Amino acid sequence: MSALSARQAVLLVTRREIETRILSKMFLIFTGLMLVTVIGGSVIFTLIGGSSAVTVGVTDPALARPLAAAADALGEDVETRTVPAATGEKQVLDGELDVFVTGTATAPKAVVKRQLDPALQAALASIARQTALDAEIARTGGDPAAANRAAAAAKVDVQRLDPQAEGFGERIGLGMFAGILVYLILLVYGQTVVQGVVEEKSSRVVELLLTSIRPTQLLFGKVLGIGVVGTVQMLLVVVAGVVSAQVTGLFSIPASVITWAGFWALVWFLLGYVMYALMFAALGSLVSRQEDANGVVTPVMMLIIVPYVIGVSVLPADPDSGLVELLSLIPFFSPTLMPMRAAFDVPAWQVALTLTLTVLLIALMIQLAGRIYRNSVLRTGTRIRLADAFRDA
Amino acid sequence: MNALEINAVSKRFGDVVALREMTFEVRAGEIFGFVGSNGAGKTTTMRIVLGVLAADSGEVRWRGEPLGLESRRRIGYMPEERGLYPRMKVGEQLVYLARLHGLSAADARRSMEAWTERLGVAGRRGDDVQKLSLGNQQRVQLAAALVHDPEVLVLDEPFSGLDPVAVDVMSDVLREKAGEGVPVVFSSHQLDLVERQCDRVGIVSAGRMVAAGTVDELRTGGTVQLLVDAPEAPDGWADGLPGIQVVGREGTVTVLETEPGADDQAVLRAALATGPVREFVRRRPSLTELFRHVVADDQKEDTR
Repeated sequence: MSALSARQAVLLVTRREIETRILSKMFLIFTGLMLVTVIGGSVIFTLIGGSSAVTVGVTDPALARPLAAAADALGEDVETRTVPAATGEKQVLDGELDVFVTGTATAPKAVVKRQLDPALQAALASIARQTALDAEIARTGGDPAAANRAAAAAKVDVQRLDPQAEGFGERIGLGMFAGILVYLILLVYGQTVVQGVVEEKSSRVVELLLTSIRPTQLLFGKVLGIGVVGTVQMLLVVVAGVVSAQVTGLFSIPASVITWAGFWALVWFLLGYVMYALMFAALGSLVSRQEDANGVVTPVMMLIIVPYVIGVSVLPADPDSGLVELLSLIPFFSPTLMPMRAAFDVPAWQVALTLTLTVLLIALMIQLAGRIYRNSVLRTGTRIRLADAFRDA
Repeated sequence: MNALEINAVSKRFGDVVALREMTFEVRAGEIFGFVGSNGAGKTTTMRIVLGVLAADSGEVRWRGEPLGLESRRRIGYMPEERGLYPRMKVGEQLVYLARLHGLSAADARRSMEAWTERLGVAGRRGDDVQKLSLGNQQRVQLAAALVHDPEVLVLDEPFSGLDPVAVDVMSDVLREKAGEGVPVVFSSHQLDLVERQCDRVGIVSAGRMVAAGTVDELRTGGTVQLLVDAPEAPDGWADGLPGIQVVGREGTVTVLETEPGADDQAVLRAALATGPVREFVRRRPSLTELFRHVVADDQKEDTR
């Protein structure tokens, strides 16, 4: 028989939490689903992205080259082939062709099943205009080739001031994905903490446990154990996401941006988890029945849900949003908003500030949650008022 | 000096006084029965001993030292509100609880195996607690109190909800633990059981220990009853005998109460004077009667 140190007591509780949860069906199913979503998502998006070429059938082979060139200039990938006039329409109906072009160069006629791709329409229009223009220039005795060269030389030079303009849409997608992931896993494991705390109260086992260990040892052991399980899951999903995105070549932005986004998602999950889990545990200890748990933890749920909703609705349209930037500096909201912003370049001072504030808030929460939990975990029956839980019995 | 001493422990919950200078001692190797009506303060006392409730004043000592977290780990406790993780396997749960009390992994496993065997739930080690019948859950609960080889046992209503076989097992275990020199205190409403099991009994009323001692000691303080079967005796035959009161008559049997120092032989002579006497029995009050007496007296005092 040896004395049990505080560290040993916490680790025993932690171990129980990990052992009972990491092998649970819930964990395995949830993790499996997330992995399938992430890996499958990368593969599917890559496949969709790769098959975007438009197949165009032309009756006049002379039209094929200028059409491809004009479409290419407009950022459209076009595959052309020469088709007999008689079967063109049928091939469009059968889906073998996206577009069937007949008529002359100056008056082309595009046959489509439903809608003509706007870029392709612009390309056809430009070819028609060019042909008419060439004919007119030749008629007035000019040199169409010289005129075209002059026209080609006259272009707008665009200077992009934002270095992140490259792959802008991809960064938004990446940020949103990181945000959703952190949000989901925070919610799931926050709820797990609440259920764990309330289960010990409702089953009264807590009275037995607290004859051998201190309330704070039970609290920290539980938060730590569930945190390890959540981190394992988060790590699996992030690694699977980063690796599959790079293997499939889903993104054109530099690989380091993706890796950093994954890194920050992990960091903010960890910090957010500790912060919210302590709040969840403290509030959960106020009630003795699972039915009462939802009501009492709603304020913490809101701390997670509200900034998340603001983030996903504002950021895709306006990644530089001042509102989101400001909110993300508030430590209660940083864990959900910072991972979304991490796909863009966040000023270093903001990263340093949010990390510092969040760590300070966690330190405060350790004190507060320890006090509330200690004062309320053994009081069963009706819901305890928060003010009463602050007062030492 | 292995005694568990409860010294003048007081506790109030708001305006309700739960314990008023509760004082008693459970000696090493002794089974102490803790009886009292609901709300008398038994559970509160036990929870204070275990440190899950703080006393307003007074102290609990073991081996002459005030109890702290480390020494409390040496107590085996069965809370009134039974508590185990419903979705945790019996074996894993007992090992976990033993380890929280400081046992090594190997010792915890050995002890879990021994106690589940002894208490007849060895076949259920791999089942979740919630799958067990109530009776078996009680056995696991007792195993949880014993699995860390405690040096003090504090059991709140350990016999409630047990089938007769389990009651016997429980009784044997308590006796055996006391035999090892462990102070054992348990509360119960089953007074006949307490009378059979306990070396000493404490009666609690309204947060105070109103009587404590061996059952015999408690009895000597009470009145002795006489049962006299005299078929031909007329009503009122015993009236006027000094120190004697007629409690009632059931058929041919008259029940009398004697005050301390009264001459029971005078009663016998008076009975013989009426005719034949078939039975003349001196009956000491049972714990149940004592309990009623003590608690009733105490409440009278309170209202006075």
